Amino acid sequence: MSPLSSVDTPIAELPGDALRERVVDQMRAALGTDLIDTLVKPGDDVWLRVSTDAWRAAGFALRDVVGLDYFCFLSGIDWLPSPFGRGEDDPSEPQPERSTEIKQGYTGGDTRFQVFARANSTSLHFGVNIRADIGDDMTVQSWIPVYAGANWHEREAHEMFGFNFAGHPDLRNMYLPSGFEGHPMRKDFPLLARMVKPWPGIVDVEPLPGEAEEADTTETAES
Amino acid sequence: MSLQTMLGDRQKLAYIAGQAADARLNVELETEGMTLNIGPQHPATHGTLRIICRLDGEQVVWAEPSAGYMHRGYEKLTEVRTFPQVTTLVNRIDWLGSFANEVPFILAAEKLMNIEAPPRAQHIRTILFELSRIANVSLFLGDLGVQMGAITPVFMAFRDREYVLNLIEGATGGRFHPNFDRIGGLKDDLPKGWIDETRGVMKKLRNFCDEMEDLLFGNEIFQARTRGIGVIPKDIAVQYGMSGANLRASGVDYDLRRDQHQPLAWDKIDFKVWTHPDGDSFARCWIRLQETREATKIVDKLLDTLPAGPVMAKVPRIIKVPEGEAWVSTENPLGEMGYYVISKGDLGPFRVKIRSASFNNISIVPWVLRGVFVPDVITILASLYFILGDIDR
Repeated sequence: MSPLSSVDTPIAELPGDALRERVVDQMRAALGTDLIDTLVKPGDDVWLRVSTDAWRAAGFALRDVVGLDYFCFLSGIDWLPSPFGRGEDDPSEPQPERSTEIKQGYTGGDTRFQVFARANSTSLHFGVNIRADIGDDMTVQSWIPVYAGANWHEREAHEMFGFNFAGHPDLRNMYLPSGFEGHPMRKDFPLLARMVKPWPGIVDVEPLPGEAEEADTTETAES
Repeated sequence: MSLQTMLGDRQKLAYIAGQAADARLNVELETEGMTLNIGPQHPATHGTLRIICRLDGEQVVWAEPSAGYMHRGYEKLTEVRTFPQVTTLVNRIDWLGSFANEVPFILAAEKLMNIEAPPRAQHIRTILFELSRIANVSLFLGDLGVQMGAITPVFMAFRDREYVLNLIEGATGGRFHPNFDRIGGLKDDLPKGWIDETRGVMKKLRNFCDEMEDLLFGNEIFQARTRGIGVIPKDIAVQYGMSGANLRASGVDYDLRRDQHQPLAWDKIDFKVWTHPDGDSFARCWIRLQETREATKIVDKLLDTLPAGPVMAKVPRIIKVPEGEAWVSTENPLGEMGYYVISKGDLGPFRVKIRSASFNNISIVPWVLRGVFVPDVITILASLYFILGDIDR
């Protein structure tokens, strides 16, 4: 066979829910009580939440026990509702009261910040979403020993959310100037362009005059 | 000798060469190093990517790409947009294959709303997706020649890419940023005569691929500059999360078009996923050429099986997406592009994590440039193929 021809490998079965349930069992066996919460949505995806201290151990378990060889991404979530809403307030008026209730999504949580990541299997064709709480010290173990590709993702999360990754060799800023203060992806960091001038696009999302009642009824009828 | 053992030997050789380069540089040559700064404004970097190389003689000891000159903060901007407004932003991530950026986001929103586009819309989405792949990768093939000193291919690429852009413009109204995808379907149906024209253009594009294969890939200089250069072994490629043609060029048979269930039309037709065992610059370029040709065939097959019917599902006029989280990724021209969308039942998303292909593909640069020679830096970067907007988002 000439080197120019392609490699034909048999196509694996597309993943089923049994596979996803198996991942949860494998992870529970590997991590024990450090696996705090799980969610398997049939036909969709798997979500896992592990304790902060077991973050790297969970990464190794995903890679070596479950067999997820492909690193997809790593990032952070700030669950605080934005104090600025969607940036559509009129700057000349006082800011309206907004809820500050922190409500974590799937698999719950106890803290405002969470680190979340995803890894895939190139042979079994499925992936796992995994997350962990980040406490007040804003520190979690680095995933570089697990997946070398986590390096840049952790640098990004460091500057955008202010997470510290213990064991990361080089947490320099990627995007922001080195002396930049604040962490832009935190919800309490204002989007300044929206603070100085009202957003003109707001008309797009409001019902047209005379259609307000009609829009409300169609929405409930059709959704 | 079987292909599998060849693969192993080549990878071993690459490792040994890398380690030898390290040892030589660190122990024997204690000459004074020099730092070479390529970019951010440099014709060989496809945009404002800056690469800092520390050299010893002609060899790179250490290299670090410095991204961020084009960071536009799309993840933050999505939080102040409504769902339909986000497609305008994400169009500009990989600006050569814009339509392909819209699709995964729209699919994620549809997944959360639990609606599905009608079959005709799914088909047309897939056709336009493949057309943006052709428009994107054909420019890569032309540009590749320029990096090695061949000027002709780029003119041919621009000529033939124009036909594809005209098709995209004919269907969507936008050459570069179609913004054509809607939650629940498409803005419009295909115009009259578009299907026949597309078949003609696909023939032209197949001729273009043949010409490129003769002109560029058979060229001795091209082969000398790319074969065995910048080898990325399989296990390194997957742990860095490389995707798309770069990953398949390292011998990993992974293509999201085939390997996952999606409400798109790829599973309705038969197509070949090309892989190459070598993992060098040549393999990456070669895979892209084959994929462009395969994409023209996919478009032809999809046009043959195009179902009739509406192109828009019934969706509320004001789109509120129910609370939930969804991850959708597709095989974009540059690799795996995915959106992790968190909705709180509002008009706009609560958080969108954009996983773009070039960010992961280029994070391997410090690893792959270690020990290579300066002229190879340019060919390796060209073969890795990144779009600056896709790195910085």
